[in-house]
Amino acid sequence: MTVFDIVNFFGLKIRAGENRLNEEVTGGYASDLLSDVIAHSRKGNIWVTIQTHPNIVAVATMKELTGIILTGGREPDSNTLQKAEEEEIPILVSSLFTFELVGKLYQMGISGMGEC
Amino acid sequence: MLKTFRADLHIHSCLSPCGEEEMRPRALVNQAVAKGLDMIAICDHNSAENTAAFISAGDERGLKVLPGIEVTSKEEIHLIAIFDTQEDCTALQNLIYQNLPGENMEEVFGPQTVVNEKDETIGINRRMLIGATLLSFEKIVSVIHALRGVAIASHIDRQAFSLLGQLGFIPEGIPLDGLEISSRTSKEEAKNRFHSYQHYSFVWSSDAHYLKDVGRSITHFLLKETTSREVKMALHHEEGRRVMEA
Repeated sequence: MTVFDIVNFFGLKIRAGENRLNEEVTGGYASDLLSDVIAHSRKGNIWVTIQTHPNIVAVATMKELTGIILTGGREPDSNTLQKAEEEEIPILVSSLFTFELVGKLYQMGISGMGEC
Repeated sequence: MLKTFRADLHIHSCLSPCGEEEMRPRALVNQAVAKGLDMIAICDHNSAENTAAFISAGDERGLKVLPGIEVTSKEEIHLIAIFDTQEDCTALQNLIYQNLPGENMEEVFGPQTVVNEKDETIGINRRMLIGATLLSFEKIVSVIHALRGVAIASHIDRQAFSLLGQLGFIPEGIPLDGLEISSRTSKEEAKNRFHSYQHYSFVWSSDAHYLKDVGRSITHFLLKETTSREVKMALHHEEGRRVMEA
């Protein structure tokens, strides 16, 4: 499944990284503590968060994540968008809150990390 | 003539919902004097309604008290702001109040007691001081500086509500004046763990919520006098001012 498939399924709004939606999604991670995402997310993951700070782009780049979904209709900060365009990291906005979105992603077959 | 001053620049009062009710001006000033401190800063969560009372109580005992606030950013990062004047501190408080939703639930978070310099209760703050403001971390730093204050990231060695916990690393180009390390981390450990941030000055403070914790962790500053302006100079190694190795 690609990022593009997820965008289509949920009707996510694309805020940045439009040219990088064809990447294969290996799994998902949901967290708003960036230190936690650095510690536990894996390459190719789609990341679900409510953090909108520019550091989310740096974390996604560092961890080679396929994209960031902001939930609850939160919009990225303007300098976050700018960074995401530079780094070509997809930033997507969902009107669902994290719990519902993650539940539906899981139903679609996107898995998490299992137990810690 | 520069002198060494012993400072604890992060202390909560009974205004913070999580602060002990005994954290009142006379009691706290007595404790700080007993601990041999020269200077303290009162930094309640998102409010400075008790600072003037502490400054008066400090004046009576010859203890310098600086007005401050521990601000919560929208990313849920705690940030210490310290000023030389109550006016500047109150200006920050006013901006916070315009951007702080919610009402305190006393039975859940604790009471938010406003006091006078004689330790008497004169009011209750009803705002949800424990909550996050709608202001970004960067915005708060820039407002503190516009108001001539000192901006220090709180307890960066902790996971909860810290710059490093919330954002993973310190974003480039943030003009912070210093990084606070909690009493949980020794100076040696901090040097190793935060090696990549050594271009910032490290500050040790107690983050006391209880009288017994006042001064449990302090910073020695080499300053001309006990002002936030001098502290800022020390944090930036200006004109001989500096943080002492202790």
